[in-house]
Amino acid sequence: MFHRGKRINFRRLANAGLQHKAPTGILGFDEITGGGLPHGRTTLLVGGPGSGKTIFALQFLVQGARVCKEPGIFVAFEEAPARIVTNFETFGWRLTDLLKQKLFFLDAHPTPDLVQSGSFDLSGMLAALEVKAEEMGARRIVFDAMDIVLALLPDAAAKRRELYRVHEWLLAHKLTGLITAKAGGDEETRMGQQPFGFMQFMVDCAVVLNHRVELGVSQRNLRVQKYRGSNFDENECPFVIGKHGFDVAVSRMLGRVDAKVTNERVTSGVKRLDTMLGGGYYRGASVLITGLPGTAKTTLSGAFAEAACRRGERTMFVGFDSDGTEVIRNLTSVGIRLAPYVKNGLLRMISARTITGSAETLLVRIKGLAREHKARCLVIDPVSTLSKAGNELTAHGVAERLIDWSKADGISLLCTSLLDETSSRLDGGTPLQISTLADTWIHLNYLVQAGERNRGLSIIKSRGTAHSNQVRELILSDSGVTLADIYTAGGEVLMGTLRWERESSERIASEVADVAGKLKRVSLDAEEAVLEVRAKSLQTELVAKKVEKTLLTRTTESRAKELSRGHSRMRQLRGGDAAVPHRKKAK
Amino acid sequence: MRPTIFKFRLYIAGDTQNSIIALANLSALCDSLLPKRHKIEVVDVLREPKRALAEGIFMTPTLVKLAPAPVQKIVGTLEHLARVLEVVGLRAPIV
Repeated sequence: MFHRGKRINFRRLANAGLQHKAPTGILGFDEITGGGLPHGRTTLLVGGPGSGKTIFALQFLVQGARVCKEPGIFVAFEEAPARIVTNFETFGWRLTDLLKQKLFFLDAHPTPDLVQSGSFDLSGMLAALEVKAEEMGARRIVFDAMDIVLALLPDAAAKRRELYRVHEWLLAHKLTGLITAKAGGDEETRMGQQPFGFMQFMVDCAVVLNHRVELGVSQRNLRVQKYRGSNFDENECPFVIGKHGFDVAVSRMLGRVDAKVTNERVTSGVKRLDTMLGGGYYRGASVLITGLPGTAKTTLSGAFAEAACRRGERTMFVGFDSDGTEVIRNLTSVGIRLAPYVKNGLLRMISARTITGSAETLLVRIKGLAREHKARCLVIDPVSTLSKAGNELTAHGVAERLIDWSKADGISLLCTSLLDETSSRLDGGTPLQISTLADTWIHLNYLVQAGERNRGLSIIKSRGTAHSNQVRELILSDSGVTLADIYTAGGEVLMGTLRWERESSERIASEVADVAGKLKRVSLDAEEAVLEVRAKSLQTELVAKKVEKTLLTRTTESRAKELSRGHSRMRQLRGGDAAVPHRKKAK
Repeated sequence: MRPTIFKFRLYIAGDTQNSIIALANLSALCDSLLPKRHKIEVVDVLREPKRALAEGIFMTPTLVKLAPAPVQKIVGTLEHLARVLEVVGLRAPIV
């Protein structure tokens, strides 16, 4: 009996419902919510004065009108539409172009001379909106500063009734609604007392904007409080109102495509450092150089930038400490010439001292500039500036996002970080704790010894590359940056002049040994020559003796022959004697 | 001297409670203070929404006093008699 009625197709309901999202076109926000605001539902946006509610709302409509083919209506309870349009021209949204068909402003702001007597309702407005929405095919609607009109209502019940009326109307017309409302400073406590308290239960999605000032630095945050039927990032996300509107800073979200990882190496600009790193930094890696003031952090960054430019890669150098031209001049003194690359446009020097605001603002500006410049290599000198007064809490997140972003965009990032000389953690963590995130961490320090201060360089870590465990002395000269081996003698590390002394004494010793060797060889050569001569004369003597010997033998033989021949001849001549031995004859 | 005729236009939203109360309050006021000196035009914005849009009526009920000049608007159920009279330009009746 129960199943005879209409069967509910839950799958179709689900598909038609919240799975569908209305993109807001706000950088970061669509990522937090997995696509945007709930399509065909109502969203409540609350925030204090100047927290950016109107910007958010308008950007949502502009995105709809321009990109999603969803015309929109903006119901202005607070400001006159003409003023809103003028104010928002600065974002470059060209509102006036949209005004004809795709965007409509309904001026519903109560005039100052409005007199009110008793309760009223918004059915008139909804009836008017219905006509307009149908006429222009509107799919999105914003009620900006709903609190203004609600404040006119005499009691809480009436306020609640009108909110319900608007909500029901939006649902009935399947419009994607965004209602903005003010909430005082401390949102959590104030909210409950306002009609929006219950409204937060009513709507499908609630977003809270807040604007705090910490030690004089303004920090803006956005938080998605609820989102029915969708997962979302529930943390507070810092955001910035930039040149083109909202920009919500998102930490790396799960499910996002990992950054492309390559095995390509890029040179550090210092030959021996490349060798120590087994070929250089990885492309797209983030490198951190830490050190005390004056340990040549900027010089190493400059070397990296110069090498990148030499390869023809677009590079951006963000300096917080000194002006771009100053950096170039100073680096020229150590043989790093950046000026030609600035001239031909490969290198862009940014002096970030001129950028004021929170760490978040800085990051957004740096990102914007890097994108504009199409940078492949980025130097930030020093990144520790991010954590200066008022930014301590956010700086770590900012640094994290900086690294995530550069990785995602395949930018090779080199950051320097200043270590406080008075800090006890001289060769440990950095103020931002980005050392754990960085792929390669190079540490520079001083060694004061024998009345000298010398720079030492060591690689603390380098992920995925074989790297040297040696401390090297960093030497700056007008011909460039070099690294020298340091001497360890008797448990002591020798650098600077001591190293030089050691080197030269070794050089002298080796020269002496060299000379001695040479002398020995010469004398040996002489001896050898003498012996050779002697050998030769003996040889000749030998030959002579041999000849003499042969001669002697031959003479003896021939004499004997002659003698015997002589006897026989004589006998022949005598004729009478028989041949007798010579001896007998002699008797 | 001909008496001034008061012209009113009351925007209502169908038969919502607020609208009914406002209409009743207005009629009572006119009957007691302006007998035969008034004209009331009732506009139902649910039936004529385009008119509401064009004339900028978003809160209902809204009473517009068209004559005598100046034109004035008053929003709500017209509950507070003294206030309404002040806007309309009438003095409270001496009881």
